[in-house]
Amino acid sequence: MSRADELQGFLSGVPIVETLGMRCEIKGDDMTAVLPFQDKLIGNFTIKALHGGAIGTFLEMTAMAQLFLEADVERPPRTINITVDYLRQGRAEDLFARATVIKMGRRMASVRAEAWQAERNKPVAALLGHFLLRREDPA
Amino acid sequence: MTDAINDPQKRIELMRENINMMTAAVPWARETGFQVTKIEPGHIWGVQPYKEHLIGDPEAGVIHGGVITTLLDNLCGMSCTTAMQEFRFVATLDLRIDYMRPAEPKQDILAEAECYHLTRSVAFCRAWAYHETRDKVIATAQGAFAINKARPKGSMPS
Repeated sequence: MSRADELQGFLSGVPIVETLGMRCEIKGDDMTAVLPFQDKLIGNFTIKALHGGAIGTFLEMTAMAQLFLEADVERPPRTINITVDYLRQGRAEDLFARATVIKMGRRMASVRAEAWQAERNKPVAALLGHFLLRREDPA
Repeated sequence: MTDAINDPQKRIELMRENINMMTAAVPWARETGFQVTKIEPGHIWGVQPYKEHLIGDPEAGVIHGGVITTLLDNLCGMSCTTAMQEFRFVATLDLRIDYMRPAEPKQDILAEAECYHLTRSVAFCRAWAYHETRDKVIATAQGAFAINKARPKGSMPS
């Protein structure tokens, strides 16, 4: 089973992924996450904007998925901390995200993720996160 | 309504009277199911009940960190609203969340947010998520919120 299949298998069993309605399109070690628009993702009805928490959850999940794809770990990474910058209002449209592992250490990794809508170079939000890699204890 | 909303004390009373509406009117908050429990000037309390559809780690049965992001982001935003003199909408500029320990499965998560400094254009907040008491902290948050400009008279929904 390829790493991509393992990731898809893992994601399909995570309730929050289904609650958000997100999916991951994977080609080798390259992944784009997609969050199709749904009314339940809205945070402010008067301006029809996506909820910052929904965007944050999507970005954190994207960062974890990319890390899982690249790291040699059995279990999903655990979040140490995240910082989310909200750059533009998330409109009532599909949201996309990609993540890059900036530093892969033995025990920890740093990951950047960015989300956008109509235009790739107009990001809606950006995340920087540090994650704990839960490797099998060396004998 | 506009007069009441621009008086800090009356605004807080209005928020207390509509405490359930504060999350019921927000679709993503309705989806995660958190509630506001207490409102004071510049300080808000809430609870996130344990719900299976929010699990992020099926093996451990623990709620996903993003749910805590949603809870703390929203409470921080509301704490700004209770700290301001005149009512303004706020938008999250950034939010940092540190995870101290994983949440326990099947346990409610309590949270509080405090708006500790206001300038004309930015509000600074911190927040905590914990089980039972503040010494069992799950996560802490620190955020900056942009304060929107006043809208022209008559454009506020009444």
